[in-house]
Amino acid sequence: MNRNKTNNALSAGALKQAVRESFIKLNPAVMIKNPVMFVVEAGTLIVLLMIVFPRLFQSQATMGFNIAVFFILLFTLLFANFAEAIAEGRGKAQASSLKKSKQDMSANKLVGEAVTVVSSTELRKGDVVIVSQGEMIPGDGEVIAGLASVDESAITGESAPVIKEAGGDFSSVTGGTRVVSDQIKVRMTSEPGQSFIDRMIALVEGAKRQKTPNEIALSTLLISLTIIFLIVVVTLAPIASYLGIELEIPILIALLVCLIPTTIGGLLSAIGIAGMDRVTQFNVLAMSGKAVEAAGDINTMILDKTGTITFGNRMASDLVPVAGSSIESLSEWAAISSLMDETPEGRSVLEWAKKQGMSYDAALAAGGEFVEFKAETRMSGMDLADGRRVRKGAVDAVRKWVAAQGGDIPPDLEQISNTIATLGGTPLAVAVDNRMFGVIYLKDTVKPGMKERFDQLREMGIKTIMCTGDNPLTAATIAREAGVDDFIAEAKPEDKIAVIRREQAEGKMVAMTGDGTNDAPALAQADVGLAMNSGTIAAKEAANMVDLDSDPSKIIEVVAIGKQLLMTRGALTTFSIANDIAKYFAIIPAMFMLAIPEMGVLNIMNLGSPLSAILSALIFNAIIIPLLIPLAIKGVAYKPMSGSKLLSRNVFIYGLGGVIVPFVGIKLIDFAVHLWI
Amino acid sequence: MDIVQMLVVLAVLVLLVKPLGTYVYHVFSNEQNRLDRVFGGTERLIFTLIGVHKREGMGWKKYALSFMATNLILVAFSYVILRLQHALPFNPNGMGSLEPTLTFNTVISFITNTNLQHYSGESALSYFSQMAVIMMMMFTSAATGFSVAIAFVRGITSKGKTLGNFFEDFVKAHTRIFLPLSFIITLVLVALQVPQTLDPTLTVKTLEGAMQQIAIGPVASLESIKHLGTNGGGFFGVNSAHPFENPNPLTNVIQILSMWALPAALPYTFGLFAKNKKQGWVVFSAMMCLFLVFLSVAYTSEKTGNPAMSALGIDASQGSMEGKEVRFGIAQSALFTAVTTAATTGTVNNMHDTLTPLGGLVPLGEMMLNVVFGGKGVGLINMLMYAILAVFICGLMVGRTPEFLGRKIEPREMKLIAVAILAHPFIILVPTAIAFMTELGHGAITNPGFHGISQVLYEFTSSAANNGSGFEGLGDNTPFWNISTGLVMLFGRYISMIAMLAVAGSLMRKQTVPETIGTFRTDNKLFAALLIGTVLLIGALTFLPVIVLGPIAEFLTLR
Repeated sequence: MNRNKTNNALSAGALKQAVRESFIKLNPAVMIKNPVMFVVEAGTLIVLLMIVFPRLFQSQATMGFNIAVFFILLFTLLFANFAEAIAEGRGKAQASSLKKSKQDMSANKLVGEAVTVVSSTELRKGDVVIVSQGEMIPGDGEVIAGLASVDESAITGESAPVIKEAGGDFSSVTGGTRVVSDQIKVRMTSEPGQSFIDRMIALVEGAKRQKTPNEIALSTLLISLTIIFLIVVVTLAPIASYLGIELEIPILIALLVCLIPTTIGGLLSAIGIAGMDRVTQFNVLAMSGKAVEAAGDINTMILDKTGTITFGNRMASDLVPVAGSSIESLSEWAAISSLMDETPEGRSVLEWAKKQGMSYDAALAAGGEFVEFKAETRMSGMDLADGRRVRKGAVDAVRKWVAAQGGDIPPDLEQISNTIATLGGTPLAVAVDNRMFGVIYLKDTVKPGMKERFDQLREMGIKTIMCTGDNPLTAATIAREAGVDDFIAEAKPEDKIAVIRREQAEGKMVAMTGDGTNDAPALAQADVGLAMNSGTIAAKEAANMVDLDSDPSKIIEVVAIGKQLLMTRGALTTFSIANDIAKYFAIIPAMFMLAIPEMGVLNIMNLGSPLSAILSALIFNAIIIPLLIPLAIKGVAYKPMSGSKLLSRNVFIYGLGGVIVPFVGIKLIDFAVHLWI
Repeated sequence: MDIVQMLVVLAVLVLLVKPLGTYVYHVFSNEQNRLDRVFGGTERLIFTLIGVHKREGMGWKKYALSFMATNLILVAFSYVILRLQHALPFNPNGMGSLEPTLTFNTVISFITNTNLQHYSGESALSYFSQMAVIMMMMFTSAATGFSVAIAFVRGITSKGKTLGNFFEDFVKAHTRIFLPLSFIITLVLVALQVPQTLDPTLTVKTLEGAMQQIAIGPVASLESIKHLGTNGGGFFGVNSAHPFENPNPLTNVIQILSMWALPAALPYTFGLFAKNKKQGWVVFSAMMCLFLVFLSVAYTSEKTGNPAMSALGIDASQGSMEGKEVRFGIAQSALFTAVTTAATTGTVNNMHDTLTPLGGLVPLGEMMLNVVFGGKGVGLINMLMYAILAVFICGLMVGRTPEFLGRKIEPREMKLIAVAILAHPFIILVPTAIAFMTELGHGAITNPGFHGISQVLYEFTSSAANNGSGFEGLGDNTPFWNISTGLVMLFGRYISMIAMLAVAGSLMRKQTVPETIGTFRTDNKLFAALLIGTVLLIGALTFLPVIVLGPIAEFLTLR
C-alpha cells in the first residue's frame, strides 16, 4: 500500500497552483456558487469603487481606512478560494498519477479469428482483445479465456501481482493495469471514457462533485443567515440616521462581512472535497460524497465472516491426545505429518508446535514420501523411510484407516472430536499405522484487534451482524469470540438482502462489503456498499464504494471518515456562528462611540480606537480562514464514543471556543493595528 | 415580599403545567376518553350543523388551506360588522362606523391574535362589535393557533399521512378548552368586582358635583378570553391597568396565570405526543430559563428606578412607579410585563412606554425572540423550529445527519425553516427602517432620540410577534401605521405558520431513525442549553444593533 504517497501533496508546486487558482476563482460567475462569499465580493467591489471614485462617494476623508478595508476583504476572498484550491489540489495530484496509467495504448482486437491492432480509444463495449505478457490491459473488462497474473499497482498501490482467470470471482480486470505473465482474452465492459479509471480521475479531481443533501441544507442555513444580517445592516443606516448618526458605507460592509458566516462559508466546499479525498487516500473509491456521508449515518454493518472477521483459514489452535498417548508424542507425529504439507492447516500445525515449544525430530522424515490430501482419502501425511506411515485427516477417515490395519480405536476419540465440532472447530485425527494418537483442533481464527473494533462500533451505536455459510454452532462460536452483536449462519445471498431490508424497514442505515456477483443485489440494496477491487464487475457496479486494497474490514474506517466529515462541518459552523458575539462587541461600540460616547462601556475588550476595532475584527475574520484550513482538510479529531459524550466535547471545544477565541484574537490584533490608528 | 409574590405565581404556574398539559393532550389525542361523554354531544351537534361528518385527516396543505379559509371568512364577516356597527343592535352609546384603514388594522389585529389596538374600545366600539367581532375573534384566533400547534406537534411526533382534521381541532379547542375555561374565569372575575353588563355608560355626579361618564359593559367575559386566548385587546383603552378590567392584585394574578398557563402547558402536551415527557420538560425549561432572565432584568431595572427622576429629588425608594398602578406595585407590574410579552398576549397593567430603558428592553426582547412560551401555540412552534435548528447545527457534531425525534433534517426542512427565520427580522427591521425614512412614520414619534427608536421598533415588533401590546406614546391611528402594522401582523402570523405546517408535513412522511447510543439526544440538560444558545445566537443577535441604538443607548445615556 502506498497510503503515504499523496500526503506530501502540499509541495511548492501545488501551493503555487493553489495561489493561482485563488485568483482565478475571484471571477464572480464562479463566486456566485458560494452566496456567502459572493456577498463579501460585492462588498469588496463597492469599497473598491469608493477608492477609485472618491469624489463620487465623497469618501476622500476615509481613503486610508477604505484601502485597508478593501485589502482585508480581498484577502478574505482569496483565503476562502485558497482553501478550496488546496483541497482540490490534493485530488489533482492523485488524478495526475492515475492519468499516467491511462495513456493512449494499442490493443490487439480480435475480429473473427484475426487480430488487428487498434487504439484503445476505439474499443467499444463487447469488443474482445488479447493481452499478453508485458502489455497493458486497454480497458475495463472481463477475462473470458486464459489465466494471467496482473500487476494492479497503478490503481491499488499493491505491488504483488494478482491472478485473474476466466469465470468465477476473479475475472474482472481494470484498464491501465499490466499483465505480467501469460495471456488472457478480455471482453470489454465499458465504453472509452467511462472506464473505472476515468471515473476515478473525475472523482478525485472533483470535476463531477455534486453537493450532498447535507451540504445543501447547511448552505440554505448559511444563506438565510447571510440574508438576515444583510437586512440588519441595510436597515441600520436609516434607523441610525434618525439619531443623526451617519454610518459610513465601508463600516457597514465591515459589519456585514464580520457577521455573515464567512468562516464556514469559505471552508464548506474544502471540507467536502477533503472528506472525499481522505477516503481516496485510504485507497477506497467513493462514487459520491453522498455515499461518504451516508457512511457516517450507518446503524448496522453486515460483515462476511471469512476474510473480514476471520482469516478464513482454519488453523491449529490446540492438540488433544487420546487416552494412552501423550501430548508430546501427538505433537511430534502431527508435526511430522505436516512437515511437507503446504496447506495453511498444515503450516499452522508446525507454527503451533513452535509456539508451544514442542520439539520433534525432523530427521525422522528424511527420505520419507509426502502423501497429498485427496478427496477420496480425506487424509494427508507421510510415508517414512523406515516404513511407518503417518496420517492426519478427517476423524472418521483416519478411524477407518486405523481399524483396517487392526488397530484399536480409543474410546474417548468420539467424545473429543464431538466437543471440538460443537465449539465450531474442525477435528483432525492423527495416527501412525494402527495407532491413534489424538486430535488436532482446527479453528477459524478471528483477526487480531477485531474485538476491540467491534467494541468501538458498539460505542458509536453501530450494530454488527456477521454473515457466514457455517452452521449455527460454528457461527455462534466465532460470533462470541469476535464480539459481533448478531450473526446469520448458513447464509445464502438472499439472506443478506433480507437482513438489509429488515434493518432498513426499521429506519436503519446499513453498510456491507462484498465481492462476488451474488453479492451485487445486496450491495445495491445497502446504503453503503463497499465492493472489493478484486471482486467482479457486477459487484463493483452495484456498490457505491470500491476498496482498491480489497480489505473488507476497511468499512469500519470508512464509517469513521464519514462521521468525521459531518463533524468537521458542524464544528466549523458552530465556531463560525459563535464568533459573532465577539465581533459585535468589537464593531457595535466602535460604530456609535463617536456620536454616543457612553457606548464606550460596551467596548469590553478595551480596543484602541473605533477604526482599529473595526479593522481588527475584520482582520480576525479574514485570517481565521487560513488558520482553519488544516482543520478543514484533516477533519476534526474523532474517537469512537457515544453521541452525548461526543457532543459535549465538541460543543465545549468549538462552541465555547468559538465564543472565546475571537475575543482573544481581536484584542491581540488590535494591539498591532492600534499602533497605526 | 416582592420576590415571594413572584415566586408564588411561578410555583402555581409550574404546578398547573402537568394537569393542564395532560388535559390538552387528551382533548387532541383523538383517542376515546371520558371527555367525550361531557362534550361529545355538543360537538356532534356542531359537526352536523357545519356539515363536517367524517372528519378525515388532512395533509399539511389541506390543513393550511382550511385554517386560512376559515380565518378569511371570519375577517370578511368582522370587517362588515365594524363598518356597519352604527346600524347594528347593542349600541346603546351610539358608536359610529369605523374608518376603513382602522377597520382593516383592527380586523387583522384580532384574527392574528395580535390585538394591537389603534382604537380605544370605550369610545369607538359598540357592545355588539365588542362581542361579535372582538370577543369572537379572541376565541377563534386562539383556537386557530392552538389547532395549528397541535397539528405541527402531530406531524413531528407521529408517522402517517395526516396532521389531523382542522375543523375537529378548531371546534374542540372551543368546546373543551376556551369556552369552559373562560366561563369559569368570567364568573371568578365577576365575583371579584369586574363589571359584566349590557347597560350603557353611566353618568354620575361626583362629590364635587361635576358630571362624570363611567364606561362599563360586558368586561369580565372579554377579560377572561383576552387572557386565556393570549389576545390582549382590552375593553378599555388602558387595558388591564383600568380598575374595571383588573381591580386588584388577586385579579392581576388570575390574569397572569390565565394567559400564561396554556402556553406553558403546551410543551408538556408536546412531550406526551412525543411519548417522551422529558422532551417536553426540556423545551419548557429552556423557555423558563429565558423567562427568568427577562423577569430579573425587568424587576431589578424597575426597582432601581429612573436616575433622571432621582436627580430631580423625587423619592425613588419604591422604584420607577411612573406609569404603574399603585395597587400592583413593582413586582406585580414587572411580572405582568414579562408574562404578557412572553406569552405574546399584549395586555398591559402598566404603560410600557414609561418603563425604564432596560425594563422596556424586556418586553421588546421577548417579542423579538417570540419563543419564551409564546402565544397560543405559536410559541411552541417557534421554539421547536429553533430546536430543529439547534439539532441541525450541533447534531452534525456527533457525526451523523442531524435528526430530531428520529427524523432526518434535510434540505426541504431547512428551506422552509429559512423562510420562517427570515420573515421575523424582515418584517420588524424593514418597516422600522421605512418608518424612519418617511415623515409619515417618524412624525408619529412623541419622544425624540433613543426612546423614539424604541417606540417605533416596539410597535412593529409587537405586530410581528402578534403580541399587540403597545409602547403607546406613538400616535399610531393614521393610515400609514394602520396599514403597515396590519401587513406586518398578517405576515408575522401566517408565513411562519404555513412554513412550519409544511415542515411538519414533510417530517411526518419520513422514515424514523431508531435511537442508538450514537444518537444526538434532545431530551437532556445539554440540549436545553444548546436550545437557549441557538435562540440567543440566531434569534437575538439579529436585533442587537437596533437594540443598542434604542433601549441600550437610552440606558447608557441616562445613567
